[in-house]
Amino acid sequence: MNLWKEFTKGLIAENPIFRLALSLCPALAVTSNVYNALGMGLTVMFVITCNNISVSIFRKVIHPKVRVPVYIISIATIVTVAMLVLEAFLPILFKELGIYLSLVVVFAIILARAEVFAAKNKVIPAMVDGLGMGAGFTIGMVSIGGIREIIGNGSFFGYQLLGSWYHPPLIVILAPGGFIVIGFIIGALNLYEKRKMERTTAGGKI
Amino acid sequence: MDPKDNSVNKQTPERLIVTSSPHVHDTESVTKIMWIVNLALLPAVIFSVINFGLPALITMLICIIGSVACEAAVQYWRKKEITVRDGSAVLTGLLLAMCLPAGIPWYIPLIGSFAAIGIAKHTMGGLGHNVFNPAHIGRAFVMASYPVAMTTWAVTRIGMKGDFAGAMSKISSLDAVTGATPLGILKQQGYRALVDSFGGQAAMYKSLLIGNRGGSLGETSAILLLLGGFVLIAKKYIKWQVPVVMIGTVGLLTWILGGKVDGKVVLFTGDPILHMISGGLIIGAFFMATDMVTTPMTTKGQILFAAGCGVITVLIRLYGGYPEGVCYSILLMNAFTPLIDRYIFPKKFGSIPEPARR
Repeated sequence: MNLWKEFTKGLIAENPIFRLALSLCPALAVTSNVYNALGMGLTVMFVITCNNISVSIFRKVIHPKVRVPVYIISIATIVTVAMLVLEAFLPILFKELGIYLSLVVVFAIILARAEVFAAKNKVIPAMVDGLGMGAGFTIGMVSIGGIREIIGNGSFFGYQLLGSWYHPPLIVILAPGGFIVIGFIIGALNLYEKRKMERTTAGGKI
Repeated sequence: MDPKDNSVNKQTPERLIVTSSPHVHDTESVTKIMWIVNLALLPAVIFSVINFGLPALITMLICIIGSVACEAAVQYWRKKEITVRDGSAVLTGLLLAMCLPAGIPWYIPLIGSFAAIGIAKHTMGGLGHNVFNPAHIGRAFVMASYPVAMTTWAVTRIGMKGDFAGAMSKISSLDAVTGATPLGILKQQGYRALVDSFGGQAAMYKSLLIGNRGGSLGETSAILLLLGGFVLIAKKYIKWQVPVVMIGTVGLLTWILGGKVDGKVVLFTGDPILHMISGGLIIGAFFMATDMVTTPMTTKGQILFAAGCGVITVLIRLYGGYPEGVCYSILLMNAFTPLIDRYIFPKKFGSIPEPARR
């Protein structure tokens, strides 16, 4: 039950992109279509989970003063593995993600979970936390990518949804569109939370 | 008065307002100012309809209706007072239309007015809270979205010289009814080709002033825009320093840096008049860089703002990828407005200067 809580908190309540506002760089850069967004999301999910496990295993041996370099080495190793796998089996995706794949090493969300959670918890909760955060990150990436691809290209996952009558505004798949879409999603989530709060407080009074 | 007796307050919505001095009373209101700015644009609007014909009118109507409808919808949804009658949405729509070429496909002005009102104005909190000029955000939005349609300029209907039309079709190579703006020719073919296309320097200036040349709806007729600008200055809605400094900066810098002989820059040989009366500079300097919401509060700050706009405009025109940079220069300086206001702020009324107090 507790593990389930650790998993679900990453999905919405502490969503890395929309709530913690971490790792916005990939959320802007590789979300111009769903395929790239999903690829990046799953890669980060893999890296964050493996890294949480390794940090959690070694949490008692790592001296606090050198913990950040140790975390970075751990992340870099896992990212290298992920890159080699992607290059071998999904070369097109590997090419599309380009430099951002190597940049996974310095994604704030991965270091943050290692520091905040994995270094203080046992292996299983750390793994579940990594999975949940990774899933939340993937959901965020895919929703941004989906909105941007539908509006900016009229397609979803490469399938043309909207016909030739639709003239997509290019800006949505350019960088400014990413900022605008993320802003609107965060705004919508805040509005939803606010309404929910109002409803619960109003319910409490009755 | 009996504190329990609230009848006075109930009858009149204007309660006792406690403010610091100065207490100035005037009949000016947002509504009145906005409608007069709209009126000041009217000569240029009418001219553009004569110049470009029905497509210009349709573009303007779509922009205005789109902006007003978007404003009303957002205000209804946010459960705010619907204030479309104050003319600010109409003004935004009109200014946006003035930045677009005539005969543009109908969905572009619609998307532009949505970006202007929905994104630039109301996500920031509505009139008075927006950081960036809504009309220019709308223009930048559609410029990035539909670059081809946005640079397909309709040819004017009156007084087009044969050479100019020929030069334009050479650049666009689409068909006979579209062409480049003077600044576009300047960017791609150089100054000499531009003068030749008008058939002489004097003819070029005349054509630029009157406005029978390619361009957006609102950037063609320099004289009529100046007329509207002078009305605003006479009514004291805008300070004369802002357009003078902005246009002056552009003139000075293009005179110093704009001249090229055989592809090499020779200082102090540019053509300042061409740069001052072409493109969107005049409408930008009089109607956009003087926007009350998105520019600094003090005159000193506004002068700094205008000078910055001028510098960025010249940088884009001479060294940038786009032929015209007024829109982006004003948007960039909008971002600096809070910083300018932080360091150059109005003197408190009745306050003693810092050294005198010691």
